[in-house]
Amino acid sequence: MYTQGLNSIDKIAAPDGEQAERFQARIDADDRIEPNDWMPEQYRRTLVRQISQHAHSEIVGMLPEGNWITRAPSLRRKAALLAKVQDEGGHGLYLYAAAETLGVSREELIDQLLSGRAKYSSIFNYPTLTWADIGAIGWLVDGAAIMNQIPLCRCSYGPYARAMIRVCKEESFHQRQGYEIMLTLSRGTPEQKEMAQDALNRWWWPCLMMFGPPDGESQHSDTSMRWKIKRFSNDGLRQKFVDATVPQAHFLGLTIPDPTLHFDEAGGHWVYGEIDWDEFRRVLAGDGPCNRERLAVRRKAHEDGAWVREAALAYAAKRSAATRQKAA
Amino acid sequence: MATTSIQVAETPLVRLALQRADDALVLGHRLSEWCGHAPVLEEDIALANLALDLIGQARELYALAGEAEGAGHDEDQLAYLRNERAYRNLLLLEQPNGDFALTIARQFLYAAFIDPWWRATLHATHPGLAAIAAKAEKETAYHLRHSAEWLIRLGDGTPESHRRAQEALDRLWPYTGEMFEPAEATLVADGVCADPPGLRETWNATVDAVLAQATLQRPKDGWMQTGGRAGRHTEHLGPLLAELQYMQRVLPGAVW
Ligand SMILES: [Fe+2]
Ligand SMILES: [Fe+2]
Repeated sequence: MYTQGLNSIDKIAAPDGEQAERFQARIDADDRIEPNDWMPEQYRRTLVRQISQHAHSEIVGMLPEGNWITRAPSLRRKAALLAKVQDEGGHGLYLYAAAETLGVSREELIDQLLSGRAKYSSIFNYPTLTWADIGAIGWLVDGAAIMNQIPLCRCSYGPYARAMIRVCKEESFHQRQGYEIMLTLSRGTPEQKEMAQDALNRWWWPCLMMFGPPDGESQHSDTSMRWKIKRFSNDGLRQKFVDATVPQAHFLGLTIPDPTLHFDEAGGHWVYGEIDWDEFRRVLAGDGPCNRERLAVRRKAHEDGAWVREAALAYAAKRSAATRQKAA
Repeated sequence: MATTSIQVAETPLVRLALQRADDALVLGHRLSEWCGHAPVLEEDIALANLALDLIGQARELYALAGEAEGAGHDEDQLAYLRNERAYRNLLLLEQPNGDFALTIARQFLYAAFIDPWWRATLHATHPGLAAIAAKAEKETAYHLRHSAEWLIRLGDGTPESHRRAQEALDRLWPYTGEMFEPAEATLVADGVCADPPGLRETWNATVDAVLAQATLQRPKDGWMQTGGRAGRHTEHLGPLLAELQYMQRVLPGAVW
């Protein structure tokens, strides 16, 4: 996980001139832009922001699911959940590496996260209250992430596109695993089924918000689309997600918590109700159920680990000094 | 009164499998607590890897124990439905994570023992156990390497990391003696497993070499704690199991 279509374009002069034209021509021809190629500053900054938000989301996303590793109800589920959370850490790692190809360091980016300057997906500011939330997250959150990210496998920036191919493979595995947890619960005891429905009730609307603000309010789309950093609109992706997910919920025998939800025969789409955009903006601005908690946990891990990172650096410095001395 | 707990009829082989399974699960549980909280992202991933190896070993060992007992207990019943007093793990492995130095020291002290134990068990007369050993030995060899590398970095890093690493060793040392308690005589006689006392020299050599590189002092052998194999644990195991077993105890009999 997870980009959110939050990424606004930097408000600096749009590039022009011959170089910019050649750049656009390459993008139009579906060429991949590589780290050493010339690129407009605005393109670079927009990508740094998008990739780092995505990386931060992977890292913060480890916390709500990590909350259930020690309480997973069977050894098989425990191993699968631990492996999933580990995958998310790996996604964070190669996304930070992709961002670094654009000339920022991981330390700078992490500093932006911990100081609250960088954003991450709003979804991870909701709590995981029961085991069924682990199923719901895999099914819905990883499912929404896939919808968002499959188009990014063809993103114009090579390192990001390649990272996304690998990430998407793992996300679809997570999605199937989450759905399988939901299936087991919904075929289980009445308590298990209730747990599954309750999780769907709490995660449905926040998941629809994962696709970002409605197209009318979105700040970036034109330039991002022209640069092939973004390929579909927020609302388009959201609709795709709803159309894919509603039949899956029906198969589980669960009810989508939206009384107005209905199928539009003419359009061939599931029509969903009003999304609470006030809630979305509030959570994004820092007032969700877990925002403060998530950042506090990340900061504590970072601060508690400072002496370990210092030790590793000091040891490496001693080793290279010793090697130099030997060579001299 | 009704209970969700199971009773296990422990033959020597069942007990051996449970000891090793509980060791792996309890240590795997502790390592998994780091996930999302480690000092660097690479270590979140590495510690999760070790935990996954150990949980995988535990599953195979519980399956072996269940089969050897022949009462139809599966891996989850054995992991989730035995009480503190029935758990057979080493006291060392249930010790809380503490700081990163304590976690690394715990891992190193154990891996320096269990890796040669698995290697010696590769040729066990019990085919099931030998098969588990083949996989586990490769994994624990990596655990040993990873934890030794970190212990050296911490010991020979900064004054603070040196102090923390030394404190961790001093604190855990009284729990190392339990690893070398003899296996049951019939198992050793039948060639089912290696006898821990025979591994002491290998362990000493590994520990001394790594501590020397880490510029750390080997603590003096004094009073050694014991009791884990008999189910007399430290106060740390109960809360660990309360967390681990929570779902199975709240909704007994459900399929997950
Ligand atoms: Fe991910
Ligand atoms: Fe995922």
